[in-house]
Amino acid sequence: MSAPAQTRIIFKHIDEPSYTNDLACYQRHGGYEILRRAVKRPPAELIDEVKKSGLRGRGGAGFPCGVKWGLVDRKSGKPIYLIVNADESEPGTFKDRYIIHQDPHQLLEGTLISCFANNVKQAYIYIRGEMPEGARILERAIAEARAANLVGPNILGTGYSCEIYVHRGAGAYICGEETGLIESLEGKRAHPRIKPPYFPAVLGLYQCPTIVNNVETLCHVKHIIERGGEAYAKIGTPNNTGTRIYCVSGHVQRPGYYEFECGKITLGQLLNDVCGGPLPGRTFKAVIPGGSSAKVLRYDETFTLKNKDGSTRSLAAADIPLDFDTLAACGTMGGSGGIIVMDDSVNMVEALANINAFYSHESCGQCTPCREGSLWMKRISSRMVHGMARAEDAALLKSVADQIPGRTICAMGEACSWPTQSFVQKFQDEFVSYHTTKKTRPADALQLV
Amino acid sequence: MSATPELIKINIDGRDIAVPRGTNVIEASRLLGIDVPHYCYHPKLPVVGNCRMCLVEMGLPAVDPATKTPVIDPATGRQKINWMPRPQIGCGTNAIPGLHIRTTTQMVKDARAGVMEFLLINHPLDCPICDQAGECKLQEQATSYGRGYSRYIEDKNVKPKRTQLGPRVMLDDERCILCSRCVRFSKEVAKDDVLGFIDRGSYSTLTCYPGKELANNYSLNTVDICPVGALTSTDFRFKMRVWFLKQTNSIDTESSVGANTVVWSREGQIYRITPRRNDEVNDTWMSDSGRDLYKQVRAENRLSSPAPLADLIAQAKALLASGGVALVASARSTVAEQYLAKKIADHLKIPADSRHVPAHLAKGDGLLISADRTPNTRGALVTGLIDTLPSEKLTQLAAGIDAGKIKTVLVINEDLSLHGLAPEQLARVDIIHIGTHASATSAAAKVVIPSHTVFEKNGTFINQQFRLQQFNAAVPGHVGTHNDATILSGLLAALGGHDFEGKSNAIWSRLTEETPELAGLAHGNIPETGHLIDAARFSHHAFPETEGLHYKPAK
Repeated sequence: MSAPAQTRIIFKHIDEPSYTNDLACYQRHGGYEILRRAVKRPPAELIDEVKKSGLRGRGGAGFPCGVKWGLVDRKSGKPIYLIVNADESEPGTFKDRYIIHQDPHQLLEGTLISCFANNVKQAYIYIRGEMPEGARILERAIAEARAANLVGPNILGTGYSCEIYVHRGAGAYICGEETGLIESLEGKRAHPRIKPPYFPAVLGLYQCPTIVNNVETLCHVKHIIERGGEAYAKIGTPNNTGTRIYCVSGHVQRPGYYEFECGKITLGQLLNDVCGGPLPGRTFKAVIPGGSSAKVLRYDETFTLKNKDGSTRSLAAADIPLDFDTLAACGTMGGSGGIIVMDDSVNMVEALANINAFYSHESCGQCTPCREGSLWMKRISSRMVHGMARAEDAALLKSVADQIPGRTICAMGEACSWPTQSFVQKFQDEFVSYHTTKKTRPADALQLV
Repeated sequence: MSATPELIKINIDGRDIAVPRGTNVIEASRLLGIDVPHYCYHPKLPVVGNCRMCLVEMGLPAVDPATKTPVIDPATGRQKINWMPRPQIGCGTNAIPGLHIRTTTQMVKDARAGVMEFLLINHPLDCPICDQAGECKLQEQATSYGRGYSRYIEDKNVKPKRTQLGPRVMLDDERCILCSRCVRFSKEVAKDDVLGFIDRGSYSTLTCYPGKELANNYSLNTVDICPVGALTSTDFRFKMRVWFLKQTNSIDTESSVGANTVVWSREGQIYRITPRRNDEVNDTWMSDSGRDLYKQVRAENRLSSPAPLADLIAQAKALLASGGVALVASARSTVAEQYLAKKIADHLKIPADSRHVPAHLAKGDGLLISADRTPNTRGALVTGLIDTLPSEKLTQLAAGIDAGKIKTVLVINEDLSLHGLAPEQLARVDIIHIGTHASATSAAAKVVIPSHTVFEKNGTFINQQFRLQQFNAAVPGHVGTHNDATILSGLLAALGGHDFEGKSNAIWSRLTEETPELAGLAHGNIPETGHLIDAARFSHHAFPETEGLHYKPAK
């Protein structure tokens, strides 16, 4: 079965030669029409459309957007803030930056609709420090929108006012964690907060109720309001609605970003039919399906999944539909949509050492298991690839990783330990025998981070 | 005071207990004698939950979502408990009705062992040369909850070993476990936000902000609350192993706050003073300046005399016999000493306008040092030694001396030169000085009777809240000095007054008989946290104290 065609909703105009990122071009393509219609509707109705759409967050956790909005404390009398999480830092993920660079007004429109729906008067776009160009583009887009009375006081003469500010991060992965982001936005070190009590929906930015949504998620809101929640929910598969952008990187013929209906394409279709298959003379070995923190899959793996009626079915990795639920059932996650492909040329211990180097560098250092565990795992895997592996290192790595997840303040505990847990488990032979097969570091090996 | 909090029932390790709603699991467990180990949590600081040592298993009674009725477990006949799949932090988990906690399960043991191991891998383990040894939470909890061996063969982090954070606090960053107690204390309690972390992850390093230092008068509290040997007192470090030290309850005499303290001594020598928790007075804090006070015991200007006390008393008696006597007593004396001073004044029929207690006033710091820089002004009022608030200048005494009316002054624990008396005025009268340290007054005195500091005697003070607080002698009296109560009761007897034979119990029982606020109060019945006495008789005074910790002036 060959792959279905792309369904480009969010990325409709990305890489279109004649499409520019200014307001005029956006409006020529019908831009801000949805906002014009939305501000004439009761806000509660808009929230309802998002709930009906079944939209799940595109930042990584896949939490239903409508539910998130439903948790917001609207009785406190405090202002409600909306934060656009544009701190796209998960290795392997490169979708939000294209939206920001090539179609910033789509993000602004989605944001404004979401703000209007939630009675938000002030929104912040928290953009990754490494995206200075994106920040400039957003600033310009906001200025254009302001000049056109789409941002600022009395938007389109409705009496509704909303300001959007761009805030640049300073280059820390942890600022993508929503409470870390909020701390950073408040001008402090991005140390994630404990939950309870600091759920953003109740005690977020400046201790006020706050909505934090991913860039792509907010863009989807625009399309949900355009089509209606029920119509949108028909895109994709049940409970995995809408389209997903898959960012494919690594050992495929045509890496890049592809937008498909969620769950309508399998991993094998995406890698072989869409991305052109492995490089010449190579075979696929491993795939990380949702950003580097997602658990790795062996490409030759077969899963036994439970059906709703209690029976089981077996599913090859290549046949996994790329949605939220099936990937979760296979023990990994759809995450941010960053699909990292590794072929048989890859030394899995080196690959893990690289990932561990990243997470130990990015651990904020606040809570013990992630702070100490991530660095320990890095040191073990780094020592292994430098010719000092021991027979017991595989078991030690796994044991250290097992002491982290579920015991930390934020999801970074999972993010830093899942790679080690899954790499060691699924490529155990390579790790266990590493001390005999790779006594020294190969001269041509890439420099570790 | 807040209204009585609502009591709710929770269950810890199978035992039911009623606790005020919102009590966290660490505190609730403490009530049952169950230890929930922790580092970052401190009862007087905001909860951040970063050490992860207090992980416990948490569950809530199961309720059928459709019918909203309890789900009964057929095996036990009790309501089923839905246990959460992941451990929760005890410090951040507050009591709600039906909360169930387990602290002894394998999940909890594994979590603690894991955190312990992580905390130790980059810790230098230099306990043999570490001052914290003996009172180190890391040591104690590693023994109780750790694995007992190390699996770590990599290089440890290298960080600064000796950073002088301020004049009194030294930092060893390698020992720091990044619990942030000191950071939170500086920011939230001392209101001096100078500490923070630089760098990230395991390389995070505690330091002062550029150009700042940890120099506020509460900086040493960071040393107390540091659960490891990262922060040490420059005064105390390397002086003595803590397990050799005897602990004696005492009171900070710097001001009328009366912060509760512990004096740590060995073989008659004091090594340090730390705060003692009293949630109604000083929480768990005290000032740096109050910790320095022990140095007065062996100060160079300490008074002492080889003469027998009886001789000194006889000399004093002779001077007092000549008439024209004024009394300058002290708000630094204990309640019993003030009572004896009053008895002496009564016996000598010293008129009210010749009985003085000078005031020591300065600006309060809004926390634990109040405007009244004596510990026992309230005592002087309660015992009837004075009936108006003291003033700083002894103008009436000066006038009396100038007029030739006053010929002899009995001075207890005060220096007249600090209260408006000129050297010529001191020279014109016969002075009997009972005191601890040399001063212009002792130099001018005809008779000097060296007495004890607060660290060498037992007694009570009444603080700004009218809280009667007790302190004990930590070390024996300095050579050539005498107990104040012995001196005063001896003098009273020599003058022909009541003879208490120097027995403190006899003094105290007579004192309580004669003082309505203290009626029936035995020494042994004063709780460690003090005893609030009825202040109604004194409510008309305009006390100088302004708002501080646990104190609001009456309007």
